[in-house]
This record gives sequence, structure tokens and C-alpha cells, in this order.
Amino acid sequence: MPDDLTTRFGDDALILGHRLSEWCGHAPALEVDLALANIGLDLLGQAQFFLGLAAEAEAKGRDADALAYRRTEDEFRNCLLVEQPNGDFARTIARQFLFSSWQELLFHGLAQGDDKRIAAIAAKAVKEVTYHARFAADWVIRLGDGTAESHRRMEEGLDWCWRFTGELFAGDAASLRPEWDARVNGVLAEAGLPPPNPVRGITGGRDGRHSEHLGHLLAEMQYLPRVYPDAVW
Amino acid sequence: MKAGLPLWEVFIRAKNGLSHRHVGSVHAADPRMAVQAARDVYTRRMEGVSLWVVPSASITASDPGEADALFVPAEDKVYRHPTFYVVPDNIKHI
Repeated sequence: MPDDLTTRFGDDALILGHRLSEWCGHAPALEVDLALANIGLDLLGQAQFFLGLAAEAEAKGRDADALAYRRTEDEFRNCLLVEQPNGDFARTIARQFLFSSWQELLFHGLAQGDDKRIAAIAAKAVKEVTYHARFAADWVIRLGDGTAESHRRMEEGLDWCWRFTGELFAGDAASLRPEWDARVNGVLAEAGLPPPNPVRGITGGRDGRHSEHLGHLLAEMQYLPRVYPDAVW
Repeated sequence: MKAGLPLWEVFIRAKNGLSHRHVGSVHAADPRMAVQAARDVYTRRMEGVSLWVVPSASITASDPGEADALFVPAEDKVYRHPTFYVVPDNIKHI
């Protein structure tokens, strides 16, 4: 069981990428539909790189596809935030904003890190993630500072996601928190949104203890490779 | 996007040295969102290095009813084409 950082990073990207793919054909507008699919594909690309490294590190003859499609729920190491259901558009934006803002800071650090291969992936991905964070922040501001209805939904979306943010800063990642707080608070202030209510955080994703939602997601994502093993495109 | 959001015309510069060309339009609330939407809709396959968005409402179009008067007179004036010059092979995009 590969239980290292590359698995976490790969699983975060894979699961959120799949969540975003669920919007395909359902987003509020064609422009947004394409934007969410683009972000999902960027994340899928990151997942491929990171899981490729994870598979190589465990040296059991598996590849990135095997890790993505042949592992069970309790073998995934993604954070709980990314597996949460899409909800309405505002909740999807809240999840993206909180996650991408964190991922951008994380990858900036990784790109300077000692591990050359992780640094190379992070350096490439940080350009994508910078756009994701900006896209999501802009929508937080538009929705928060929009109509009474959009403001209410944006606030609810952030409140819903907030309990899963503590998990992002476990261990070494704690050092990212001050800058993340500053960025998030800055955007919320511009959006005219109150800081989310403090809640007791929920963790466990990094140890393979997931919410009930991940199993359903995997059932859909893994269906084809499990029913038709080694099918080729 | 929902009815009521303004329409923007999108122009892309394919690479440095070329001019921006019209490629289509997007709906967006403001210029910043219009640039993002244009980026997401029209540059997914490395189509360009620069984007312009212009409010569609700012464009004044010629009247199709006047097309005869405006454009037909040019049809028989081939001498206006610079076809009598030899263009060196390595000069592109003329």
C-alpha cells in the first residue's frame, strides 16, 4: 500500500477531477461547463503524474491506472474535502476555492523542494492551479457580492465545506495556514461574506477513513475497468 | 449563461507577430470574467498567446441592405490588388 505524499497529492487531484467531471453538461452555462471540465482535466493530469510516482515507489508492478481503478475506498488517501458531493454551483465553487487556494501554496513550496521529480510536477501544475484559484475566487466574489439568493448560497457552500479544511493543514502543511487564511479572508471580505462559523473539523481521509460519498464516487469511476479488466481504448 | 448577461466578442492572437482575429463570443458579467470565459472556451488547444474581449454592443455593423453600394463596386477593380509585385519567399503573412 503506497502511503506517501505522492499518493495523497494524486488522490486529491483524481477525486476532485472526477467530481468536476460530474458537472459536464450540467453547469449553469456553456462557459462554466467548459471551465469546470478544463479544471477537472488539469487535475486528472496531475493525478496521472503523482500516482505514476507512487506506483513506482511501491514497486509492485502497478501503474497509475491500477492505483486509480483497482484500489478500494480505504486505500485512498485524499482529503475529505475533495470527495464531498458537488451540491449546487456555489458549493462546488466554495470547495474549489478552498482547495485550489491551498494547493497553489502547497505546489509553490513543492516546486522549490528537494525531490526533483515532485518539484517538476509541481512547477508545471502550479500554473494550472493558479488559474483554478483565481477562477474560483472570482466566482466567490461574484456570487457573494451578487443577489441575495447568490449571497445566501455562497455562504451556505462555504459553511458546508469549512469543516473539512482543517485536514488540509495536518502535519508539515500547517505552515501554509497563515497565508491561506489571509488569502481566503481577503476574498471573503471582497465578496462581502462573513467568515465561516467555526466548526469542529472532520478528518480521516489521509488515513483512509472516508465519508460515505467516496464509495459511490468510486463505484462510478471504477465501474468500467472493474467490469472489463484490461479493456483498451 | 442566463439571459441578461452581456455578450462579448472574442479575438485571439495566434502567435506573436500576427494580429488578433475574431473567433466567436461569450456571455459574461464583466470584462475580467469575459477574458476567463474566452480563455476556457477558445484557447483549450493552444490557439493563442493573447486575448481581447470587446462588448458586442460596442460594435457598429454595416447595413446588409447597403451591401450592394458598399462592396460590389470593388469587384471589377482588380488593379487595386498588389498582384504585380514579387513577394520574397520568406516574407510570411502578407
